[in-house]
Amino acid sequence: MSGVLLGSKGAARRSSGQMKKARQGFFKKYGWSYLFILPSILVFAIFTFAPAIWALLISFQHYFFRWNGQWVGFKNYVDAFTFGDGVFGRAIENTLYYTVITVTASILIALALAGLLQRCNKFWRTVFLGAYYLPAVTSAVIVAISWRWIYNGEFGLFNYLLGLVHLAPVRWLSDPNIVLNSIVLSTILTVPATGVVLFNAAMSGVPGELYEAARIDGAGGIRQWWSITLPLIKPTTLYLVVIYTIYSFQVFDKVFVMLPSGVADSAQFIVTQIYQNGFVSFYFGIASAQGFILLLMIASVAFVQFRVLRTDVEY
Amino acid sequence: MALRLSVPARKRTRKRLSVGTWIALVITAIISLWPLYWLLVSAVTPTLYTMKSTPDLWPAHFSLINFQRLLSDAKYYWNWMGNSLVVALSITLFHCIFDTLAGYTFAKKKFPGRTIIFWALIATMMVPAYVTVIPLYLISHDLHLLNTLWAIILPGMASAFGIFLMRQYIQTLPTELLDAARIDGCSEWGIFMRVVLPLCKPAIGALAIFTFVQHWNDFFWPLIAMTSTSSYTLTVGVASLQGEFTTDFGIIFAGATLAALPMIMFFFIFQRSFLEGVRMGALKG
Repeated sequence: MSGVLLGSKGAARRSSGQMKKARQGFFKKYGWSYLFILPSILVFAIFTFAPAIWALLISFQHYFFRWNGQWVGFKNYVDAFTFGDGVFGRAIENTLYYTVITVTASILIALALAGLLQRCNKFWRTVFLGAYYLPAVTSAVIVAISWRWIYNGEFGLFNYLLGLVHLAPVRWLSDPNIVLNSIVLSTILTVPATGVVLFNAAMSGVPGELYEAARIDGAGGIRQWWSITLPLIKPTTLYLVVIYTIYSFQVFDKVFVMLPSGVADSAQFIVTQIYQNGFVSFYFGIASAQGFILLLMIASVAFVQFRVLRTDVEY
Repeated sequence: MALRLSVPARKRTRKRLSVGTWIALVITAIISLWPLYWLLVSAVTPTLYTMKSTPDLWPAHFSLINFQRLLSDAKYYWNWMGNSLVVALSITLFHCIFDTLAGYTFAKKKFPGRTIIFWALIATMMVPAYVTVIPLYLISHDLHLLNTLWAIILPGMASAFGIFLMRQYIQTLPTELLDAARIDGCSEWGIFMRVVLPLCKPAIGALAIFTFVQHWNDFFWPLIAMTSTSSYTLTVGVASLQGEFTTDFGIIFAGATLAALPMIMFFFIFQRSFLEGVRMGALKG
């Protein structure tokens, strides 16, 4: 940082005494600032920046538990897709399938529920928001244990309900053709609490006069919804689409718990693959490459959000 | 839509719930809470009664036997809960200090490199934990941190999001107040301790709550860093019950229910702050 100071004009001509004084002045002026951010900077440098760069290096190394000293170029990125008969490609497909369906459903459900909540008084709104939010603060592991039980082939609730209407039981978590959809269904049936809260806040922020004016112009309820509410909550919608997409890309906990033994390729996701290759098989090179593929996917979503969000809404 | 009724403009907020709206909200609330309710019901029902073709929809055969068996058979259960508590509490404490310090500095102080350092920190929010996890594992291995709580606490001591949040909040505080303290001869540290911290209480409260929740529920990194049964955190321990007691569902349900209880109580105590935290973009779900 002192380079900034020394680089200034005339610095070279200063005597060493002046230099010392200048440096003291610098520390006196900025020392506290650097001291205050130092703990955070250290944590980030050691546990985020350094590992991120190291991970990038590992992704170009032959790294099977220990680095054998070989640089292999993009081999890990190729292997990432060919390894194990191309499971990773299947995992990406599954992750995208999971993401598209659950994000769409979450947004629509959140939109509908927030709209309905607008008509509640404050008391009931808090009660319902609490009911939607409680499972979200409970660990995904715990909720997934309950889902695994609901999906149980013999004694599960779902098969019991199917039995009531004389339908054959389904092997929710053991039939390779169904298991992915079971995971998707469990997510859809989890109320997107953040979405409801944020949509609700956004809708409350729409000025009442707009509806008033629209009503005078003869716009019906649906028309008001379509022409006023929707455009004005667009930024919230975009934000939610992005965060839900990023979360869905990283789905892991619930899959790990609901399918402890794994169901071959049919329910592999990107992160379950990273876990499998990294910490079951110890192919750190390949797992790192897969991590950066995930990072690339997340970065592109964030980039799109950034571009789209620059068009702001006006009231 | 209810709004179409010729209600006077000022009374637009008058809410009339149609039966349809009411039913939709209640049904979604039931669906939302069902997995937790079902877990609780199954935990207080002896395995004998859960493993039958017609399940009890309410605890008709109430018994605490599953909990007794859990605490006698899963002998490290209290260790797990203690570990989670220590981890989540200490991380929360570090966050409240470090994030507030950094947030204050980025909000109110000018120094060379401020903008670039700040955005470099913010950029780390985009890096998923799954990218850095392998080097993190190697570092923790070399430092002999694996299977110690430090492996989880150290990397979690500060968060870019927390810094961002505190900066946003502190930017709204009047700078004159800080200047006044400075003129009165208060040291920089004194200004932080006696002026900034007290003013930040609401924001620190929100930060503390969601940091605690996030790290209490954290799963992926503890799963990797903690390999000996006694050092598991609660989430990892509960997940491991599935492997240990494969078909003895009663113990698994009891373990999961007991693990859920602290967070549920926590939620009811701080519900208002939770929903405030969501609005600030702090919690996921």
